[in-house]
Amino acid sequence: MTATSASPATPAAPPPRTPALPLRTRAAILIRLLAIQGSWNYEILLGNGIGFCVEPALRLLPGGVGGERYRQALARQSQYFNAHPYLAGVAVGALARAELDGEPAAKIERFRTALCGPLGSVGDRLVWAGWLPFCSLLALAAFGFGAGPVAVLAIFLGVYNAGHFALRIWALDAGWRGGMRVANALANPVLRRGPEHIVRAAACMAGIALPLALNRTIDTGRAFTGVVLVAVAVGGVGLARLQGRAEGWRIALGVLALFVLISVVRHG
Amino acid sequence: MLLELLPLVILGAVLGLDVVSFPQAMVSRPLVAATAAGAMIGNPSAGLLAGATLELFALETLPFGASRYPEWGSAAVVGGALYAAQPLDTPGAMTAAVAGALAAAWTGGWSMFLLRRLNARLARRRLAALARGSRLTVVGLQVAGLTFDLVRGAALTLLGLLVLRPITDTAIVRWSVDPRFSRAVVVAVAASVAAGAVWKIFHTTAGARWYFLAGLAAGLLIIRFGT
Repeated sequence: MTATSASPATPAAPPPRTPALPLRTRAAILIRLLAIQGSWNYEILLGNGIGFCVEPALRLLPGGVGGERYRQALARQSQYFNAHPYLAGVAVGALARAELDGEPAAKIERFRTALCGPLGSVGDRLVWAGWLPFCSLLALAAFGFGAGPVAVLAIFLGVYNAGHFALRIWALDAGWRGGMRVANALANPVLRRGPEHIVRAAACMAGIALPLALNRTIDTGRAFTGVVLVAVAVGGVGLARLQGRAEGWRIALGVLALFVLISVVRHG
Repeated sequence: MLLELLPLVILGAVLGLDVVSFPQAMVSRPLVAATAAGAMIGNPSAGLLAGATLELFALETLPFGASRYPEWGSAAVVGGALYAAQPLDTPGAMTAAVAGALAAAWTGGWSMFLLRRLNARLARRRLAALARGSRLTVVGLQVAGLTFDLVRGAALTLLGLLVLRPITDTAIVRWSVDPRFSRAVVVAVAASVAAGAVWKIFHTTAGARWYFLAGLAAGLLIIRFGT
């Protein structure tokens, strides 16, 4: 047994305490985060939105609103930026902390640039390609089971927004706690492994939901169920093979418009 | 007539805003939007049926950043209202309403593209003020973008209802195809798009196809013995 393991471990130095962000400022940032994409555009993307969300924290800088440091920081934070809207809170929290900690401007700008990529791709996989389809399919399964309007909407909005708001709150908190070392937060297992598990759950839910939803929506057309199933199998495979070259909803619009036209013309 | 449409136009505006600008709580998904429109007309169940059908199409839409995609919020309000306004089981009503909603979603996607270009133009004109750290400019650009998006959703819903309602009514009056077959065609088209979309989402994830097959077996068993 070594001396080190025999003796009580020397207590590690406590991590530096995270300064508290006033509750009112935190609430203002969280509310603004819901509108972060309000001025989204093809030139600075989310840039102005980041400045808009960080702004309540910048008021705490020496000199206050309109002070030199406030204006310089706001100008820095309103430049080009890209991130998933739900995870942009990580950037907003971390950048607010960096500004209030008085980090050098050049360092903040480099850090800001480095944050763009990961926050976009991680959020897209986790939310748009994972959580949203899963919740949508869950609600379709509930619909297929015969649930009424209130139940279907409660399931979809309840489950989806539990994840949505939890992610937004976590993101701001993680960003503020991590500051310039926020990269550790992005290594969170939910962000790294979560998308894979959610996609598998969504795949399973798709298997359950699609036949159930089809069974309920077909209603009066049930006599044609066999033909519909064959058409779905052929159509689904065909659209999957067309991936990237054509969008299914556009083809569907063409098919349905033609069908309506034929039905109307045949009448006369 | 315009006054009659006002509640639906306001709903379309608010739900159009939810798609991207505020608060992205997915109240703009067809399942929610069409059901809400149906409820406003006094037939939430019909709205839900139209919403579930449109949701199958919307599964294909992954709203990644700068990509162009259909705007389902205002479009589903239009589609849900068109379908819920017809008596139950009216031949051709579902087909016409869904086709109308898809057309509105297409127009909506195009209107979002224009809005983003307008936002870019506004931001470009104020780059100097942004570089000076002007609070008024930052907040002003955000409020302007949100306001324009609200107006966009309202205009799209109003236009959709004004243009598509008479077309839908005419199509229904002159409908000649067997209503059961009409319903089967809509469902087949919607489910095909959903099946293709689901494959697009999970085909790169290891093992996901087995989860899908397991779910499919469960779903078919539920239909056979459960519902």
